[in-house]
Amino acid sequence: MSTLAELTIVFIILLNLALAVSGSMSVCIRLAAIQGVAAGLLPLLAGGGVMRGRAMAFAAFIILLKGAVFPWLMFRAREKTGARRDVDPLIGYPSSIMLCLGAFAASSWLGSRLPLPHSGVAFIVPASLATIFTGFLLITTRAKAITQVLGYLVIENGIYIFGLALFVEQPLMVELAILLDVFVAVFVMGIAIFHISREFDHIDTDQMDELTDWHQSEEGGNI
Amino acid sequence: MITALLTLPLLSGLVSFIIKSDAARRRLLLAATAGHLALTAALFAARLNPALGVPWAAAGEWFGFDELGLLFLGVTSVLFLGASVYSVRYLALEKRDPGEDADDGFIFNNAPEAVFTGCLLLFLSAMTAVTASRHLGILWAAVEATTLLSAPLIYFHRHKRSLEATWKYLLICSVGIALALMGNLFLGAAGLRTGFGLNLDALLGGALQLDKPLLKAAFLFLFVGYGTKMGLAPFHTWLPDAHSEAPAVVSALLSGALLNCAFLGILRAVQICSGAGLSDFSGGILVLFGLLSLMTAGLFILGQRDYKRMLAYSSIEHMGILALGAGLGGGAVYGALLGAVGHSLAKAGLFFTSGLILAAYRTKRISDVKGLLGRAPRTAALWLAGFFLITGTPPSGIFLGKFLILKEAVASGKYLVAGVYLLFLGIVFAGMARIFINMAFGAHAPGPDEKPFYESRGMVAPACVFFCCVLALGLYVPAWLDTLISGAQALIGRAP
Repeated sequence: MSTLAELTIVFIILLNLALAVSGSMSVCIRLAAIQGVAAGLLPLLAGGGVMRGRAMAFAAFIILLKGAVFPWLMFRAREKTGARRDVDPLIGYPSSIMLCLGAFAASSWLGSRLPLPHSGVAFIVPASLATIFTGFLLITTRAKAITQVLGYLVIENGIYIFGLALFVEQPLMVELAILLDVFVAVFVMGIAIFHISREFDHIDTDQMDELTDWHQSEEGGNI
Repeated sequence: MITALLTLPLLSGLVSFIIKSDAARRRLLLAATAGHLALTAALFAARLNPALGVPWAAAGEWFGFDELGLLFLGVTSVLFLGASVYSVRYLALEKRDPGEDADDGFIFNNAPEAVFTGCLLLFLSAMTAVTASRHLGILWAAVEATTLLSAPLIYFHRHKRSLEATWKYLLICSVGIALALMGNLFLGAAGLRTGFGLNLDALLGGALQLDKPLLKAAFLFLFVGYGTKMGLAPFHTWLPDAHSEAPAVVSALLSGALLNCAFLGILRAVQICSGAGLSDFSGGILVLFGLLSLMTAGLFILGQRDYKRMLAYSSIEHMGILALGAGLGGGAVYGALLGAVGHSLAKAGLFFTSGLILAAYRTKRISDVKGLLGRAPRTAALWLAGFFLITGTPPSGIFLGKFLILKEAVASGKYLVAGVYLLFLGIVFAGMARIFINMAFGAHAPGPDEKPFYESRGMVAPACVFFCCVLALGLYVPAWLDTLISGAQALIGRAP
């Protein structure tokens, strides 16, 4: 029942909307990082000040990773590939924000229907689901490979918040293993983006369409 | 023993990143995979011989083996040894004659061999961890690790198409597996009141006390998550791309070992569901998506023009059959597990052979490969043998698996399921028969500068051994394997 935690939740929801309308890649990277930090702070705020050392250390680790390491990796990827500054949406910003708002409305409805254990913080379940939807929105409607990684990170933020809402305590080793995987995933995707920009001279994933079963009949005609 | 199984490939994988000599690194690969198989065999002997009194998985531990895990570990270990024998020869050839693209004729480089060998061994370590996990959080982390470690393997040939495949694989599987993490959270919430956490033994022991609606949600998320990795339609879109662009040996491991590991993730969820009396719910979903995968594979195989993609769709078909068998329950589970063993061996052998064909003809287009029997007789014989084994022509072990599933479907009165199953098995057979026969027979017109093709023994032997095993499996299931599969079946089978 912490007002601060509830304010953070509202902040996270607003960040989702900002991610949906922001056209600048660097702003998007920063927004996702801020969202990760806010999510990392949540358990500290919701706990009402009494925290065990382990949880503190873990939260600090998450904040460091999501607030500093990930944005650094992403900015590096952006600079090395010389990608243009905008995020290249495949649909317009108005439709993006309408989808995001719709997702939030649907998540609120879904959150009230799910038979989940009641957590003290209002709107935490809808906020987490809406964050996951926003991540999917970024992956599916933005052309650049970097924005797809951002979408993956936003989904991860959402799942992390969802885990907080459900009070699922995993052993520390497991939590660390999951974080390590996410870190390596972002790292490997970063490397893949370098290679994509070198091979293709762009990182627009909507132009990666050589591998398909549908064009092959035309190819076959040429032989 | 389990620690040794996990650390042997891990350490040798790390070491092979720093070894400078190619020959030494290849020997290390062989030694590590052979050691892994020896350890696995020792584990089998200890576990299956009751006189030795080695207990099954101890409750509460994070790593341990039950019959199901052991079965998949055995398959993985055998495949890796075969793959390392194959890749020693393959890597030597690639070194001598690096890349000209098969279809578009551009030149490309390969990834450093150290990265390839290292990732291969780390991949084995991650997969061992998947089969050994007794904690669903660890299982998740290990499955995600397999995705990340195999991505560099798919991008061994450095060109546009393999990169596109790698990117799709990374993104689709990572996002898919993120959904499985949601499933884990739901599962944790379902057992929250009783404080089970995500420990498999605790969850299975108290499955009846789990919160049912949350457990259903957990199953759905786990199914979609691991189903993406397993290549069930409609989440299969990464699979044909990755399998067609990766080197043959990597395709073999992806298809034979990795897909099984993802299937294991789903089977763990099925285990919990059937313990909680929800087997009708989980079974229904498995049957539905199993049939859907079978149909998708059948339709795409019919018009296929690329033989590696055809093998990939055949993997989707078999994953559909496995899901179908697991969903039907009863004797079909035995069929599905036997089919899984048979499919892994046969498909790995076929991918190995496809690598030889690619080397002989330098194309993946089916229409450009003619007269294989004349150009490379041993490869052609393997290719045809593989075709009969994989499509389940008796006496293949895969036939036995498919037959048991059909029997269960008919016995439980699901005639529609049985009808659709048979129809699409027929379509797949017809589609594959056309492709294999066109490739093997006919007259090959040699090009102006074509050299005779040398079929290296190291690259032919693994496929040959695997095919013999599949054939033997259809004629005679050894007692120890029968005990193992029956035990695994009892774990998944429906609670009365």
